[in-house]
Amino acid sequence: MIKVEGLTKRYGEKTAVDGLSFAVEPGVVTGFLGPNGSGKSTTMRMIIGLDEPTSGRVMVNGRCYRDFSAPLCEVGALLEARSVHTGRSATNHLLALAHTHGIPRRRVDEVIDLVGLREVARKRVGGFSLGMGQRLGIASALLGDPSIMILDEPVNGLDPEGIRWIRNLLKGLAAEGKTVFVSSHLMSEMALTAEHLIVIGRGRLIADTSVADFIHSASANTVKVRSPQAPQLRELLVSVDVTVTASAPDILEVTGLTSEQIGRTAAENDIVLYELTPQQASLEEAFMDLTRDSVEYHADTPTAKAATGASS
Amino acid sequence: MTAVTEIDRDGGSPRARSEPAVGVTQLRVMRSEWTKLHSLRSTRYSLLAALAVIIGLGILISWGSASHWDEENPGERLFFDPTLTSLSGIFLAQLAVGVLGVLIVSGEYSTGMIRATMAAVPRRLPVLWAKTAVFALVTFVLMTVASFVAFAAGQAMLASEHISTTLSRPGVLTAVIGGGLYLTVVGTLGVALGALLRSTAGGIATLFGLLLVLPIIVLFLPASWREHIEKYLPSNAGQAIFRVLHEPSALSSWTGFALFCGYALAALAGAAVLLRRRDA
Repeated sequence: MIKVEGLTKRYGEKTAVDGLSFAVEPGVVTGFLGPNGSGKSTTMRMIIGLDEPTSGRVMVNGRCYRDFSAPLCEVGALLEARSVHTGRSATNHLLALAHTHGIPRRRVDEVIDLVGLREVARKRVGGFSLGMGQRLGIASALLGDPSIMILDEPVNGLDPEGIRWIRNLLKGLAAEGKTVFVSSHLMSEMALTAEHLIVIGRGRLIADTSVADFIHSASANTVKVRSPQAPQLRELLVSVDVTVTASAPDILEVTGLTSEQIGRTAAENDIVLYELTPQQASLEEAFMDLTRDSVEYHADTPTAKAATGASS
Repeated sequence: MTAVTEIDRDGGSPRARSEPAVGVTQLRVMRSEWTKLHSLRSTRYSLLAALAVIIGLGILISWGSASHWDEENPGERLFFDPTLTSLSGIFLAQLAVGVLGVLIVSGEYSTGMIRATMAAVPRRLPVLWAKTAVFALVTFVLMTVASFVAFAAGQAMLASEHISTTLSRPGVLTAVIGGGLYLTVVGTLGVALGALLRSTAGGIATLFGLLLVLPIIVLFLPASWREHIEKYLPSNAGQAIFRVLHEPSALSSWTGFALFCGYALAALAGAAVLLRRRDA
């Protein structure tokens, strides 16, 4: 269980994390979602005491991370940037960490086998591929058999096999009753892995919701209607809660009504329909809608310009 | 494979095992730092280089002094320090030891290892103490041995001209042990500067700026200032301990060495304060 209360971190003028409050519960994978630069990594660094909050606090299993006598047995962390000396072998890296806690050597061997690094365990980490590096990071995180796992962008740059391995590992850990907190800037990845979502943008909380609710609320109920009597239908459908836009003379985009309601209205008024299609907004679109105002660096895309030009 | 399976079977939560409680202690952090120290190639090469330089240069320069003794003028002969001559490799070896001291800390920052280290020991200070203690101990043992070997071999060279000395003469034993002590404190100063500056280049430049460049700059000061400043410089103060013959203006062996330790401890204290205060 991680409890973040009014967490704020400023670096000089820049506010990286801004009054963030949320809780991460055990037993489920909680996704930590936000665009690049939204403060995810900074928040995670504050959870394990690497960065000192400007104000607010983080409680881990009811205590401050620094107060634990065996922190590796409380929280295992995989940070985005590599945290391994490249000149050391995987085994020696894990041994050095294990020694700080008096964790026995056989646990080091266990985690090496668990992440599948047995064959390269004696090689220098500098020669590791990205995927092997991530596996070593996860081995370090698992070393103390912690009840909380924090992973910053664990699937970044991994091949599909590696991504699936991490996804299953995280779900397995959550099923064991552990608290699993994993950040990503990819909604699609979170939809597959997480059950709960914390969404932030510019260091502020945007949403704290279950993935199911998020998907439900995100998919705006737009229905595409094609009809030769489009203007007539439009008159019938428009109301306070319903918006209708026309993208072509015979096509309407209706928001606020279900396809059933539109079909019935059309039938009752003898309007011919050629097409009646509910439109699902993709998760990625929903996420982008949610965080649009809080993306740090906007690319001025040609499509965006075209859209602006068309509406003016 | 069978072995692995067996290990897996009696594995599980470390906390569930009937062993001493798992947790961070100063001694365990020292063991961790010992593992870190000996598992890097740079450590082995640097320390080996230091050993080779102390012994090799000691023999070479002692041999040179002996074979050219006839050509030396009486003044040179009067101030000849056979102990210092056989220990002269220390002046070069301090580079290897000092660089390694800086690297022990700065290498963790440059590779990102420091994040893993600080996450494992979030109170942080035990890491600084452990790094300092382990490196100081290793340096002291190895460099003192090198000192004694260089002294013995060097005196054997000097014996041909009957200008050698023995450990029983006043100040000689102190000087030979002092060779190991001086390098130990150079290494400690390196660790402290590595932790203060968190950068390899910055740490090395500062360390050798203090030890090698500062004395040169002081040479350009007016003589009346120089005599008040020179003996208090870290290098001159520290190096007093492996000299048997002291210039009248210089600090005595132990006074000089104590001052040198003071500089290193001050740097270490600064590093400790910043380590607690700064984000890792």
